[in-house]
Amino acid sequence: MSNIAIKAENISKAYQLGEFSTGTLSRDIERAWARLRGKEDPFLMIGETNDRTKKSESNIVWSLKDINFEIEKGDTVGIIGRNGAGKSTLLKILSRVTSPTTGEITGIGRIASLLEVGTGFHPELTGRENIYLNGAILGMRKAEIKRQFDQIVDFSGVERYIDTPVKRYSSGMYVRLAFAVAAHLESEILIVDEVLAVGDAEFQKKCLGKMSEVSKGQGKTVLFVSHNMNAVSILCKKGIFLKNGILDFSGSVSECINIYNKHDFANVLKSLWVNTNNQFYDESFFIKKVALTDENFNPIAERTLSSDEILNIIFEGEVVEFNSALKIGYELLDGDGNLIFSSLSTDQNQANWIGLNKGLNKVVSSIPIKLLKPGNYVVSIHVSLHHQKWICNARQQDIRLNFNVINSYYESPYWMQDSGLIKVIVPYYLIS
Amino acid sequence: MTHESNKRWTIKPSSTLLDLKISETIEYRDLLWLLVRRDFVSFYKQTILGPVWFFIQPIFTILIYTLIFGSVAGISTDGMPKPLFYLAGVVTWNYFSDCLIKTSTVFRDNATIFGKVYFPRLIMPLSIIFSNMVRFGVQMILFFLLMAFYFLKGDHFHITSYVLLFPFLVILMALLGLGLGMIVSALTTKYRDLAFLITFGVPLLMYTTTVVYPLSAAPGKFKWLIELNPLTAIIEYFRYGFLGNGTVSWLSLAYSFMVTVVVLLFGVIIFNKVEKNFVDTV
Repeated sequence: MSNIAIKAENISKAYQLGEFSTGTLSRDIERAWARLRGKEDPFLMIGETNDRTKKSESNIVWSLKDINFEIEKGDTVGIIGRNGAGKSTLLKILSRVTSPTTGEITGIGRIASLLEVGTGFHPELTGRENIYLNGAILGMRKAEIKRQFDQIVDFSGVERYIDTPVKRYSSGMYVRLAFAVAAHLESEILIVDEVLAVGDAEFQKKCLGKMSEVSKGQGKTVLFVSHNMNAVSILCKKGIFLKNGILDFSGSVSECINIYNKHDFANVLKSLWVNTNNQFYDESFFIKKVALTDENFNPIAERTLSSDEILNIIFEGEVVEFNSALKIGYELLDGDGNLIFSSLSTDQNQANWIGLNKGLNKVVSSIPIKLLKPGNYVVSIHVSLHHQKWICNARQQDIRLNFNVINSYYESPYWMQDSGLIKVIVPYYLIS
Repeated sequence: MTHESNKRWTIKPSSTLLDLKISETIEYRDLLWLLVRRDFVSFYKQTILGPVWFFIQPIFTILIYTLIFGSVAGISTDGMPKPLFYLAGVVTWNYFSDCLIKTSTVFRDNATIFGKVYFPRLIMPLSIIFSNMVRFGVQMILFFLLMAFYFLKGDHFHITSYVLLFPFLVILMALLGLGLGMIVSALTTKYRDLAFLITFGVPLLMYTTTVVYPLSAAPGKFKWLIELNPLTAIIEYFRYGFLGNGTVSWLSLAYSFMVTVVVLLFGVIIFNKVEKNFVDTV
């Protein structure tokens, strides 16, 4: 294994579900007895793959099952998968926090693993004392920390507070200091679990920069777990896709992300809603169908939209009796549930309101995608009579559809993923 | 993980029982000292009296003991000044019981750290032993001050050559506390019942050894029971060394030593076994 940094063979990990109490003791004894006689653990044999949505007879669950992979030196590998796919378990095993139930991992080189930043920070101790303590917990020698101390403080940007107990730090400062220690670990293999999800945008950029510097500049092997596909695609060359504890795909990162998107959103992406149960009846507007389409009114289905596109939301409904109090619209939310904006057909000047005819009507609302950052979005439909009643409540998400946006705006070479809910590009002029 | 680059490593489901990972633990010695420092410093942060608080607890304890056991109950102290006699017992017993109680919850107290970072787990109980040793050292200063006080007052007690055994006695107590604590901590990761036993059991255990009475005053019927406690020989030797008073025999010390070795061995084995997977059940 000259060029192999990590080699995993048949890694499996079983967990026991439920509570531990008197009830589980008898089972423990049974297992110990079986092991004593040299037999296989009777409760591990019933194991099945880990699908948390299904109820199961056994209370043993395989969080990982027969995982095999090889990682070459200098590779940057993104590990992706849905919640509960076994990503964190795999990282825990690689970091030696817990051991696999079966299988073996061999490797070469010192591992630095960041499952969390600031592990072991003591609130009463000062920033300086915590740098030493945290560094030592992460496996650094005192001399090493001393040598890098100034760089760590410099990177964290909290120099002024370095002799203040960290309990007086703002949460942002705390995280900065913690990441700064972690970023200066000297290791051949770096394992990172979504620590980028912390801190403000500027600091996230700094972290991403530091990580690509580590992987590209210093030729370290990096394993990176994240839900942020953008970060994964920027940082990683290779990808491993885990699905219900099984290694589904391992290969180039772009292929891996494609497969992930297909798997991950196939069962949640919904770009068409049809009123099959005849719900939400009202004689002013009986909603029949809502569809998300592109600018040529072709259904977007499971396609991911990109920034130069327009999203059309099409409302189809039947009018029995025209009512001037009718409002049609929607709320747009991002994947984290933040409301981006809400829009109604009655937002504009009354002169421009749409007049509906008796019978079937199709109403369209258009959203320029370039306003939206990469991610997934939810459209929740609103139909109501002004000051009278809800027909379809957007807040309760009576009717919800969703779509994906990727790599929204790359026209500028200086483009960065910024904070804020939307991305607005406003013009700049020279006036004198 | 290790401090050498290009070192090969393997992660396997289980390892040999007695694999103490000594070399790895030694590599993490800086962490050990930093943890000891953390415990010491964080103890008196934001207090006015600072480390003086290490004195307060034993002072009040011996005051109460002198009052209750010495004056009210009238239990003999073999002619020794009462506070000095009690302090000798209290300081040693405190060290042992602190080591035991703190070590016995080491997995639960550090579950968040253990769940996120790997380092040789033995570092944590070891740091507890050393942190308490610092506290023990500070309390020994109190003991010496009290000795000086009674010496100047003219009370008759004398230091014997057995005082040279002092470091050995401290190590015995530390290892016994460590071993017992590791056993309890390992047994309580999945089922916590034993933890309740420790909280009320350890203070009661004090009465089965010679903290508030001398072995010579123990009733014959129960003497064997008191001698069964491995702490008894340690405390008696301690008193004999510093105060020239106590019932000592090499046999009893050998017994304490054997118990310590067995308990420590068992503790290490069970700790090693639990250490790898306790994160899943704690």
